[in-house]
Amino acid sequence: MTDNTTAPAGLAAGDRVAGRLYTDPDIFDQELTRIFERTWVWVAHESELPGPGTFKSTHVGKQPVIVTRDRKGELRTLLNRCRHRGASICEKPSGKANGFTCPYHAWSYGLNGQLRGIPYPDGYEGVIDKSELSLKKLRTESYGGLVFATFNEDAEPLEEFLGDARLWIDRFMKQGGGYPIKVLGKHQFKFRGNWKIQLENTTDGYHFPIVHRSWMASVDAETADMMSFMTDPAAITHDLGNGHSVMQMVPEHSDLDADDGTEPLQGRFDDLVAELSKTLDEAQVRKLVRAMHGTGFNLNLFPNVSMSSAFFRVLRPVAVDETWIEHVAIGPDGPPEVDAVNRERLRIHEHFQGPFGFGTPDDAEGWDRVQRGAQGAPEMPILVNRGIGRETRSAEGWPTAHVTDETGMRAAYGKWKEMMGDD
Amino acid sequence: MTDATTVLSTTDPRVVRAIELIWREAELLDRKDYTAWNGLYADDGLYIIPIDPHTEDFANTLNMVYDDARMRQMRVTRMIEGYAIAAVDAARTVRTVSRFVPESVADDEVVLRSAQILIAYKRGRHDIWAGDLVHRIRLSEAGEDRIAQKVVRLVDSEEAVPAAGFLL
Repeated sequence: MTDNTTAPAGLAAGDRVAGRLYTDPDIFDQELTRIFERTWVWVAHESELPGPGTFKSTHVGKQPVIVTRDRKGELRTLLNRCRHRGASICEKPSGKANGFTCPYHAWSYGLNGQLRGIPYPDGYEGVIDKSELSLKKLRTESYGGLVFATFNEDAEPLEEFLGDARLWIDRFMKQGGGYPIKVLGKHQFKFRGNWKIQLENTTDGYHFPIVHRSWMASVDAETADMMSFMTDPAAITHDLGNGHSVMQMVPEHSDLDADDGTEPLQGRFDDLVAELSKTLDEAQVRKLVRAMHGTGFNLNLFPNVSMSSAFFRVLRPVAVDETWIEHVAIGPDGPPEVDAVNRERLRIHEHFQGPFGFGTPDDAEGWDRVQRGAQGAPEMPILVNRGIGRETRSAEGWPTAHVTDETGMRAAYGKWKEMMGDD
Repeated sequence: MTDATTVLSTTDPRVVRAIELIWREAELLDRKDYTAWNGLYADDGLYIIPIDPHTEDFANTLNMVYDDARMRQMRVTRMIEGYAIAAVDAARTVRTVSRFVPESVADDEVVLRSAQILIAYKRGRHDIWAGDLVHRIRLSEAGEDRIAQKVVRLVDSEEAVPAAGFLL
């Protein structure tokens, strides 16, 4: 065990963290066990598992897992590792199955992980008990359609872990305009940098007009105006506790149900409004169109998922200097007349997100630069102190500062410090 | 049914014209001459990099790129204006387009399948981008052949690729 002078928790103070937090492989290894294998990690949206037998492959930290919906409709998260010799039993990203059979020696498992069959079982008579050789199961719980899993049998219940973030999850899901939310597709990309650089970015309002200047120049004036939150005092960030935070860029879209009818719909959606109006009433159309850009906030959940405007951003730590990101596009799960809404939402998503979007490559370049620069003077601090002098408390008791302040990062590093120092 | 061996030959002059256009496009992209590149496209042309390797319904699925003339023009502006930090510091690229197979050949349109191998070099590192291309080339009597559709299907389109500051 490391001594006190090098214990990772000591490298994070309230308003600064050592650059070594991005570059030290030992710290990365400790983060996987102390954070990713101990807390709740986002693994799926329920719409990705629409019925019994549907499954999705993903990771909790570095460990490969399969999320399934078993015959009874229950969500399960199973380690993707055969109990016999350790082979992965599923290499498909998603699909439908009756169960999983290891391709190496054909041990077969049910959707709930139970070992069902072993070929040529005579060599195992009196040697093994099948009931003890289920796939390793992770605790799996969901809230608001979001599915989380953890290796930690003693973790607090998911709802307790989410705490005050639940209110914001509820609000985020209102962008379905009265319909449930479904996953429409996802972009995947990787960058050569530490996962915490990305965790910070989703609660970083400060970089937006600088890094995303070329995107701002490419959108219509109404959209650009909507995102001009830099000098808006009503645009604020709250620390929600447990490492979670919410950054309200467009406060008037924080609760999409709060609509006094005075805000005009954006002119760019005129054709869409005309098409929707053929079958839907005015109030429904207004609900769907006001939600075209999602909600007006980024909700950052520690440690691996954020709900950002109109999509989920999921991070996966691969190495101390490599992180994979998913940008999951979402939209209303409604009748066919709502398809036009989702087509438009896909185009909006493509415009900014993904490896060839007008925004993501610029973010990734910034993150690459942080990793490269942090090699220099690794003990010199990274500053997360912006706005610390103007932080107040909201009526709910949440530490609150301007949307360009680093309140959300301080929230995340506070939780990081707690988990990395807690023996 | 026409005789496939004579009609669908890469030596057909119409196919040769299409191949030359595709090679010219590849060179312009490696030179990052995006304004000239955009000029190769028909007004109703589409430039598409799908994620789903099998889809033809690009409008109803999520793509990496789904550019009509408006989006392409904005993309060119983004690539050359100097404000996009990813484009300013983009990798240098060298690509080879080959293994041409004519899918259909007519006097006004040629559809060609091909393979593209691209090496991107940036900060001491070479990345490989491999993909299948389908070009729909509109031929004109006046000699102003144009790209009506280009689809780039990456071998790893369903996995994480680096966020790029260049075009495929």
